[in-house]
Order: sequence, then C-alpha cells, then structure tokens
Amino acid sequence: MNGAIKSARYSAQAWRIGLQVLLAVIVGGLIYGAFINAADNLERAHIASGFGFWNNSAGFDISQTLIPYSANTSTFGQAFWVGLLNTLLVAALGVVLATILGFAIGIARLSRNWLVARLAGFYVELIRNIPLLLQLLFWYNAVLKALPELRGSIVLPTGGFLNNRGLFLPRPVFAPGFAAVGAALLVGIAAAIVLHIWARRRRERTGAPTPVGWWIAVLIVGLPLAALTLAGFPVAFELPQMSRFNVIGGLEILPEFAALLLALSIYTAAFIAEVVRAGILAVPSGQTEAAQALGLRSGTTLRLIVVPQAMRAIVPPLTNQYLNLTKNSSLAVAIGYPDLVQVFAGSVLNITGQAVEVIAITMAVYLTISLVTSLLMNLYGRMTAIAER
Amino acid sequence: MKRIATALSLALLLAFSAQVARAQTLQTVKQRGQLICGANGTLGGFGLPDPQGNWTGFDVDFCRAIAAAIFNDPSKVKFVPLTAGNRFTALQSGEVDVLSRNTTWTMSRDTTLGLDFAAVTFYDGQGFMVHKSLKVSSALELNGASVCVQQGTTTELNLADYFRSHQMALKTVTFATADEATKAYDSGRCDSYTTDSSQLYSERLRLTNPDDNIVLPEIISKEPLGPAVRQGDDSWEDLVRWTHHAMLDAEELGVTKSNVDEQLKSANPETRRLLGVEGQFGQSIGLTNDWAYRIVKYIGNYGESFDRNVGQGSPLKIVRGLNALWTKGGLQYGLPVR
Repeated sequence: MNGAIKSARYSAQAWRIGLQVLLAVIVGGLIYGAFINAADNLERAHIASGFGFWNNSAGFDISQTLIPYSANTSTFGQAFWVGLLNTLLVAALGVVLATILGFAIGIARLSRNWLVARLAGFYVELIRNIPLLLQLLFWYNAVLKALPELRGSIVLPTGGFLNNRGLFLPRPVFAPGFAAVGAALLVGIAAAIVLHIWARRRRERTGAPTPVGWWIAVLIVGLPLAALTLAGFPVAFELPQMSRFNVIGGLEILPEFAALLLALSIYTAAFIAEVVRAGILAVPSGQTEAAQALGLRSGTTLRLIVVPQAMRAIVPPLTNQYLNLTKNSSLAVAIGYPDLVQVFAGSVLNITGQAVEVIAITMAVYLTISLVTSLLMNLYGRMTAIAER
Repeated sequence: MKRIATALSLALLLAFSAQVARAQTLQTVKQRGQLICGANGTLGGFGLPDPQGNWTGFDVDFCRAIAAAIFNDPSKVKFVPLTAGNRFTALQSGEVDVLSRNTTWTMSRDTTLGLDFAAVTFYDGQGFMVHKSLKVSSALELNGASVCVQQGTTTELNLADYFRSHQMALKTVTFATADEATKAYDSGRCDSYTTDSSQLYSERLRLTNPDDNIVLPEIISKEPLGPAVRQGDDSWEDLVRWTHHAMLDAEELGVTKSNVDEQLKSANPETRRLLGVEGQFGQSIGLTNDWAYRIVKYIGNYGESFDRNVGQGSPLKIVRGLNALWTKGGLQYGLPVR
C-alpha cells in the first residue's frame, strides 16, 4: 500500500520534470531558430551582419568623453564605452541627487508645519504629473536661454566661466605627492568605521550613550586636510581660458548634461518622496509612542526606531525608482547629451547600418545595469530585514 | 524612440519571417493601390507637409512622379516621415517602397545596407552656416569652434574629417534630428551649424533672424543625393531610375507640364519615344507606354520640379549649379530612352 503511493508520487514528479524539460527545449529551439533565421534573412537581403564593426574606425566626434577618445583614432567599440560611461555618470549622480531630494521632500510632506507640508505636496503633484520628456526640454531650453552668450560670460570669482556653452571650472591637476592625501582619506574612513562599530557595541553592552559623530567628522575630513598641509598642497588648478570661439581647458560641464541631470533628479525625487512618505507611515505610531514612553528624544526616535523600520518598506519601491531613472536617462537623445543610446544606438547604428546587432547590445547593457542595481538593492534589503530570533 | 521601434520591428521581421519580401515591389504597390514613400517631413523645399497635410518638396515630387507613372494619379502616395536615424531601417524592413529623403549615396551604404541607389537627383555638398556677429568669412577660420550637427549623417563624419585634415580643434554637439540641431544653433549653443548646403538654405529661413546668419563659401564634401530602393528587386530599381531620367530627358527636349499634350504630335523621334508615341518602353518596366507622359503631365520635367521646390520659384532660391543639365554646364545627364 505504502509502496504504491510512493511510486505514484514518483511518476507524477517524473511527469512534471519531463514537461518542464520539454518546455525548455521548445523555448530554446524557438530562440535558436529565430537567430538562424535572422542571420539567414540578413544575408539574403545583403545587409552586413556580425560584430566585425566593433574594431572599425569611428570617425565621428563626441562632446563629452570620460575616457580618451578621438574621431580619427578611436573605434566603434571605444565609442560604445564612452556612451556607456556617460550613461552611468548621469545615472549615478541622478540616483544620489534624487535620493537626497526625495527623502527631504518625503519627510517635509509629513511635517507638522502646514506650509512646508503643502509645498512638498505641491511639488510632488506638479512634477510627477508632467511627462519627463517635456520637463527635460523645459530644463534644456531654460538652461540655454537663461545663460549669457560666450562674450557676456559670467566670470566666476574662483576663476572660470558660465555661459550657454556650459560651466567651466578650474580643473585640479594632482602632483605625485597627492597620493598621500588619498591614503589619509582611506585611513580616516577605515578608522571612522571601526570607531562607529566600537561605539555601537559599547552602547549595546553598557546602555550608555556614546556619541562619536564629531570624532568621525574629524577622522574623515581632518586627516586628509592634515596630510594635504604636510605634503605642501601638491595640487595645482588649470584655469579655463577664453578663446575666440570657446572656453578652452578647465573642467567643462555641458548644458546638456546639466539639464538631463536636473530633469532626472527632480522628476524621480517626486516619486521617491512618495515612497519615503509611505514607508514612514507604514511604521505603526505605537512604535513612536513606545519610544517616547522609554524617554527617547524625538531625533533619536526617528533615527533608531522609525527609519530602520521604514527602510524595509522603502527599499523595494526605491529600487524601482532607481531603475526608472537609469532607463529614463536614454531620453538624452532629445537634447543631444551623448549617452549610450545617443552615441551607440544613434551614430554607430546609423553609420554601420547594423540595427539588429546594435540594438541587441544596447538592450543587453540596460538589462545588465538594471539587474546589477536590483541585486545591490536586494542585498541591502536583506541586510535591513527583520532578524528573526 | 521611433528609431528603436523600427529597429525592433526589423529584428522581429528578420527573426520570424520565412523570407523578407523584397522582389516584386511593383506588384505589391499596384495591388495596394498606393506607393509608400519615405520622405523627410521637416525639410522645407525637399519634404514637408503643409498645414493642410499636403506634402510638398523636391523629394516628394519625385515620389509623386513614380505614382503618376504607375497609377496615372500623383496623389496615390502615402508619405512616411523618416529621420536620418530610422530611414534605412524603414526601407530594409519594407515599411516604405522607396526612400526619397535627401540621402547621400556612399559606397558603404550601397554595399552593406541591403539597398541600392537608383539615381542622383541632386548634387549637393556640405557647407557651414555661422552667426554673422562672429565676423567669420571662411570655414578655415573656425578653429576651436562649436559646431552643431545631426547624427547618423555623412555630414557628421565629414565634419570630423575636415577639421582633422586642417588641424583645427573642434567641439561637436550632436543632435538626433535636424530640427533639434537647428534650434540649438539658433539659441547660441554652437558657433556654426553644418549640413548639406541645400539644407542650410532651407534651415536658415526657419531661424529667428535669418539675416543674422550667413552660409560660408566652402563646400567640404560631395553629397550626391538620390532615391534608394531595397537591393534585389532590379526591375523596381529600373523603374525608379528611369523616372528620374525621364524627367531629365523631358527638360532637355523642352517638354514641359504645359506643352506636353502638343509635344505628343512632335516629329522629334526622341520626344516620340519618351512620350510613348513610338516604342514599347513603358511595358519594359512593367508600366504603360505613356508612363513618361504622365510624369510630365502631372509633375513637370526636372527643371520645373527644381524651380518650383528649391529654385528661383521657391523661397530657397538655390541656383542650378551642378544640377543644371549637362548641356548647360551641369552634371544632370538624362540617359537616352531607346
């Protein structure tokens, strides 16, 4: 009797596994067939295919390059990396700015101050209900139109210019001795982390409050400053120079970059603000009351009781917003910021004509960026999850 | 985004269709009762819909000429506006039957994109427009200048070549469409705007103050513009090619929109062959023998289309120059119908 049930269970399981294998084979076969068919059709249509173009000379210029690139010596492959780095730059800075702004507005919306709460609510409703592309065009035109022409450049007191070609700042040029400053900064950060852990352990062991914030600031800021002074300021500044047509030298921030960063940060911040508000409201008010009953001050309550619990509700939707911001950065095409889509799925696609390959690579890149972001956020989410005891 | 959509549809088509439809375009067009023509959509004088939605322009008239030859009705064309970015993909995927959108005939486009150019309808070259206030009189003075350019064009590549070969520094600002590039130039983002000189004349008229801008004398490249079709449909390519040559021959023979009916009685054997009074030339390209008569009747000859759209009869006032007939010192040379 028992044996019969067992064998029936086995055969049911074998069926299930068999079906799954069959499904996998069919899907795999379809994908393989599609690839072969596409290659076949491309050849029949006399359209060049394959990835041989990767090492061919590019021949076009790009306005913002984080790695060495020139039209005459660089390849399509290098153009791809330039575009990818530009995308990552604007996405990374956008995530940081949107997070800061979003948290500030989300908390402001819960403020007891009527005016502050209403202003934050107004911001959220205004920004999230206007399409991002329109906002992007608005910021680009606002930035371009509001700034003076080259000849009327605003001269910055630190040396540098601001005009409708961009913001030109002195560029730091590091002498060899600067490595010591970097090392001091790393040591400072490491020491600060150790101090923080020690302080937390002490508080947990003895219950005595152990404020170390000032010490941490001294370690992170003071150590590098001391190293800088001791090494005799091993850093020079290359000042931008005005020439006939343009500003030459220095650190250049393109108006396209500024507009894209501004639009992405402001837009995403509105959504993050709502995520933060929902997260904080998700913490039962009994938690705050219990903390107050224990005699914790309101700042401490927020920091130790509310925020850690709110973060659990905030992280998953926050991840979505980070992914959206990264993907939305491809709207750069509309204003001529050389991101991955503009450079690679734009110029490179048009010059090589290999639409299928170029679009496939571009999609794979966005997929990879998104999956890595999700992975990191999930790891953080797991760290902040409730530790079951 | 349109570009990505087009590329995706091409990828899906390639992956899942048994064989991309390419032969027998003429038959498809006849069955459909309409020619689908890829045109510019934003370039005055070449391809632009007016406020009522009627398309006009030199490249547009070329598609109307094809429709006139096939259907005896120049209105049987559907125009699809394409950007520099999605034009080739649209042709490859079969979204359009013919691409007539100020497109430069180059070797790589001819050999690797799965398409063929049928004719050179407009000999152009790349030029520069600058703000007058810069007091620049030659492109060679542009060392260190910012230049706005449209991506996916031969001009993007020529620009880098030109500055490199003259050892001049260059700051390129690249835009996806000519519209965006022009607006950025107009707002002072760039010192100069570069594209085919015919297009410069057209875009200049759209600036806030056209008179504050000048086109520099240098022509830095060869830009032979012409219609393209999918590779592998030779008889369709023949039809498109001979549409152009019929318009040229008509101009050379003095056949115009207004006198084409009288010219049917002409004693000139060349005119008689062109207009189908003698010979079976129309049938050899799958049409009726009065195909060229229809073209001239509805559209006019090459010179008429040129003058009306981009020449002295238009706001652009482009001189014939290289596009004059070979008998008048230009390069336009109609092949003989015989």
